[in-house]
Amino acid sequence: MNWLKYSSPQTFYPLAGKLVPWFAAGAALLILYGLYIGLLIAPTDFQQGEGYRIIFVHVPAAWFSMFLYVIMAAYAALGLALNARLSYMMASSIAPTGAMFTFVALVTGAFWGKPMWGAWWVWDARLTSELILLFLYIGYMSLQAAIDDKRRADRASAVLAIVGVINVPIIYFSVKWWNTLHQGASVSLTKSPAMASIMLKGMLIMAIGFWLYSIAVILLRVRREIEDRERSTALLRNFRE
Amino acid sequence: MITEYNKIGAFSVLLRVFKRDIRIAWRRRSDIANVFFFFIIATSLFPLGLGADPRLLHAIAPSVLWVCALLSCMLSLPRMFANDYADGTLEQLIMSNQPTLLIVLMKTLAHWVLSGLPLVLVAPLIGLQFNLSVIELQVLALSLLLGTPTLSLIGSIGGALTLGVRSGGVLIALLILPLYIPVLVFGAGAVNAVFVGMGASGGLALLGAMLALSLVFAPLAASMALKIAIE
Repeated sequence: MNWLKYSSPQTFYPLAGKLVPWFAAGAALLILYGLYIGLLIAPTDFQQGEGYRIIFVHVPAAWFSMFLYVIMAAYAALGLALNARLSYMMASSIAPTGAMFTFVALVTGAFWGKPMWGAWWVWDARLTSELILLFLYIGYMSLQAAIDDKRRADRASAVLAIVGVINVPIIYFSVKWWNTLHQGASVSLTKSPAMASIMLKGMLIMAIGFWLYSIAVILLRVRREIEDRERSTALLRNFRE
Repeated sequence: MITEYNKIGAFSVLLRVFKRDIRIAWRRRSDIANVFFFFIIATSLFPLGLGADPRLLHAIAPSVLWVCALLSCMLSLPRMFANDYADGTLEQLIMSNQPTLLIVLMKTLAHWVLSGLPLVLVAPLIGLQFNLSVIELQVLALSLLLGTPTLSLIGSIGGALTLGVRSGGVLIALLILPLYIPVLVFGAGAVNAVFVGMGASGGLALLGAMLALSLVFAPLAASMALKIAIE
């Protein structure tokens, strides 16, 4: 099967339309199941009490805030390298979802921080670099919006997205590099996790749910973007069967 | 004038780019002076707003001076490429047979000499007003000497990306200030470290590392952004 076939907006548009309901349904099921595990099945933490349950939203959201930025920058780089319109559309469609997850990670972190640390916010390395990530998403979207010529907007914001990638390892390793208040990673690929397996299961299911949700929303947004850009061309007429 | 660039050596072209920027800026001296005075006025707002407690002022001095240096550097960023972009010089420079990378580097260097270096020179004087000790003043000047070139380098990306964009000045702040944060953290951190009795070498070493890193990558990104802008 020739996957490159779907690299043109014309063929991608109907494919995306077919895929969106499946990803959306998968996301809804997994997020509900993950919340069920997180809120009802997982045991109460002996140190943190019930308050820890926010991690089932907080940790996957924080993962996706960083992961989506890397994916966005990768699409931006692909766009610059191959001059592919669809790559730019993907990059600009990822940004709002990434910004949303960053915001969710910050807000849920504040909800967790108030009972555990006694403060909604501390100026700790990980919190601050996550805040910078939010600023980077906002900068990317503002630059995209400020340039009227779509082609130039795509390429200029792509350069910005790639420059900003340097922040992602800083966030990820901040808890190792600096002695921060924020706890280190509880989940790693090399060591056995420092948490009960049912908690890990709930978190991973939530993460996969967030992943499917991101794909569904991003594909929807790419479709709107294609409609918007190709409005003047005859292309869209072929899409409406 | 531009065509003769192609006949002369690479080094002298770059030197001319640098000298030209300095000369143009010198003819509009008030532009440089404005940014310089902005720095002085902005720093003197803090004692007026916070009250004259010498211990408090001493404690906040490194951060105040660094934040104001960040803001004044940012204010002068639109000047780096905007005039050359408007009158077509930039296009000619990029189309000349010299690497855009080096031309960007020269223009960045000129920007630093015009807006960063004056701050490095005047900062110890303002530091005196905040009761900084001699060793703290030395570290402050050294941290600014290592940090402000990084600000100009990172800033060149913002200046290039926002060429000809509406409300470019505000947009530059939005794009560039987040990228400036690490420089601020370690620059002010180095002076604060002296204040609490730890050595400044860690912060200064990281400032040097950031300078080296941005010296390699920032002109690359900025020249890419310039090529996108003039297409």
